[in-house]
Amino acid sequence: MIVVRDVSKSFGGHLVLRPTTLEFPRGRTTVLIGPSGCGKSTLLRIIVGLVSPDSGSVTIDGETLTPATALALRRRLGYVIQDGGLFPHLSGRDNVALLARQLGRDAGWIRSRVAELADLVRLPTAALDRPPGAISGGQRQRLGIMRALMLDPAVVLLDEPLGALDPLVRYDLQEDLRRIFRDLGKTVVLVTHDMGEAGFFGDDVVLLGGGAVVQRGTLDDLITAPADESVRRFIMAHRLPGVATEGGGA
Amino acid sequence: MKRTGLSVLAAVVTAIGCIPCAAAERRAERVVVGSKGFTEGIVLGEILAATARHAGLEAVHRQALGGTQIVFKALERGEIDCYVEYSGTLTAEILRDEPVASAELLAQALAARGIAVGAELGFDNTYGLAMRRDMAERLGIRTIGDLAARSADPEVADLVFGFSDEFVQRTDGWPAVKAAYGLRQVPRVLDHALAYRGIDSGSLHVTDLYATDPEPQLHDLVLLADDRRAFREYRAMILHRADLAERAPGFVTALTSLAGTIDGSRMAAMNAAVRLEGRSEAAVAVDFLRDARGWDVAVAPADGLPRLAADLVRATGQHLLLVFVSLLAAIVVGVPAGIVAERMPALGRWILGLAGIIQTIPSMAVLVFMVPLLGLGWRPAALALFLYSLLPIVRGTASGLDSIPAHLREAALALGLTPWERLRLVELPMASRSILAGIKTAAVINVGTATIGGLIGAGGYGEAILSGIRLADPTRLMEGAVPAALLALGLQGAFDLLERWLVPAGLRTPRG
Repeated sequence: MIVVRDVSKSFGGHLVLRPTTLEFPRGRTTVLIGPSGCGKSTLLRIIVGLVSPDSGSVTIDGETLTPATALALRRRLGYVIQDGGLFPHLSGRDNVALLARQLGRDAGWIRSRVAELADLVRLPTAALDRPPGAISGGQRQRLGIMRALMLDPAVVLLDEPLGALDPLVRYDLQEDLRRIFRDLGKTVVLVTHDMGEAGFFGDDVVLLGGGAVVQRGTLDDLITAPADESVRRFIMAHRLPGVATEGGGA
Repeated sequence: MKRTGLSVLAAVVTAIGCIPCAAAERRAERVVVGSKGFTEGIVLGEILAATARHAGLEAVHRQALGGTQIVFKALERGEIDCYVEYSGTLTAEILRDEPVASAELLAQALAARGIAVGAELGFDNTYGLAMRRDMAERLGIRTIGDLAARSADPEVADLVFGFSDEFVQRTDGWPAVKAAYGLRQVPRVLDHALAYRGIDSGSLHVTDLYATDPEPQLHDLVLLADDRRAFREYRAMILHRADLAERAPGFVTALTSLAGTIDGSRMAAMNAAVRLEGRSEAAVAVDFLRDARGWDVAVAPADGLPRLAADLVRATGQHLLLVFVSLLAAIVVGVPAGIVAERMPALGRWILGLAGIIQTIPSMAVLVFMVPLLGLGWRPAALALFLYSLLPIVRGTASGLDSIPAHLREAALALGLTPWERLRLVELPMASRSILAGIKTAAVINVGTATIGGLIGAGGYGEAILSGIRLADPTRLMEGAVPAALLALGLQGAFDLLERWLVPAGLRTPRG
């Protein structure tokens, strides 16, 4: 379980995240959604420790994130960004195995773990030994997910992981990711700006706006009972089938 | 595989570096002769070296070490055992701040530096001003005094003076003549050997020369009489380390026997044999000793192809030593400096600024600073090259690291790598192409700049280039310039191969 308590952040005098308290329950997928600049990515980056909050605290499975604990905590998290964030000088396999090798894991274990993960994310073995620049965007993202899962972290954090992919590739990956997260029972926090994706993944959708949580619930809750006008407009803008687009109904 | 590649590279560099070191290790009974960078100095150096061989010693001639200060300092520090100096240079230039009015005082001043005055060779190589004969006759100028007296004549006032740098700088040179005659012309400064080219082409009218220069006949110059005796005497005399009398008494005796054996015309004839007939200084020296003393000394290296090959191998070894030692040191210092520069941009501006300033200092100036600290030979030259190599390497490292996308830095951080692991496993490999490009630039520049090594006895291709300039001998010049150019091209190619080997495949595929 991840607990974020009274966390706030401003950049250059501009308040990006107002004091926010949130819990992300163990074994479930929580989706952070909202328009650009709503603070969803900043919140995720605070949890990973890439951004240090101006106030408040982050606790992951009972351990509080501090500069001293950040390194050890990061190794227990999986973090996935757009386009995989793979290092271009390493093959896919070396990207996935990088930290495990640094931690001195046995070469045989690494080899079988990579094969197992490639199977899990349905990555062709041929793509493992090529540089990231020589494979497709979808394959890069599958490798990014493998790298995040390599050491079997309890928590996986994803920042717009599928944003750069074309719709068909994206559809396949969404299916695979939901299956993987359910099967493995991970605590997942996923940032997206896409309502359909949020509903597909999220047991729990947190809508942010103007640096604060506006509404939390299932996608249905958000559609049928928007907390305020901003939620209604955000949903409307996605032109979801069956949701009225102007002036109305719901 | 990458690690083995680097260690092989290191081994090769070490092996190349050891060739000249090993040669220097042999330290038998030997004397080191020095000489200044002009023909007469080198001929006299060869005479001293051949005399040492005649006395049964191993002799090394570190020839054409450059200007007066460099050679005298080398003698003072004991890096060379002897060379030939001129009386006027000693009193007016080297020891000008000390009371050296008499021969006794001069000997005392030198003895305080561990230097003994040896035999005077018998000629006075004073400075002179020379002018094209046709022009001098047309204008009716026969003495330096005429130049001053006729300065109202616009044709005389417009005469172009071209002097060697040393002549212009030395208090007993141009400043003395200018003051004695009240001359107002502003001279151009250029290499002594090149001045004759200017005279021939008509762009220069008056130049400085030495009394024993062979060029006046060749270029149809007339020596202007020094009617006010502005120039001093420059009697050639052997200077040697005082302890040489104990270390090699036979050699000192042989040197003493050279007293009075070379008069002005003989010296001029020997200079002419080298400069105008293209004979080697060593051969001229050996002929002289056979002629004047009846000694039969073999010319050390044979003339012709074997000499060319031997010289080339030696020069290549020395040149590679200079380039690689300086380059390795610059990598060891420059890459970390580049990392610091990128990490701390405020400090980085200073680091890059400093490296840039170093780059603009002329190489001769760097040598003048370094020689008193490090002596002669490859060390000061390598240090100068090291300094010049820093900028491209620091800049290549800093800009390579700077160009790493922020999201990949964060990916490395989020993965849980330590700062050192991030640098070693992610950032440096990603910057490797830019770092290697900086190293390549430094190496290629180094090959060219290493020719300055010829000025201070570091050897390398510069020796042939400098003596080619000195002797106006294009063939000799090519002996240095062509291999230097080939080496630069070869290095460029070698680095391109190295890039394929060291830069990860993923960074070489075109991005997009």
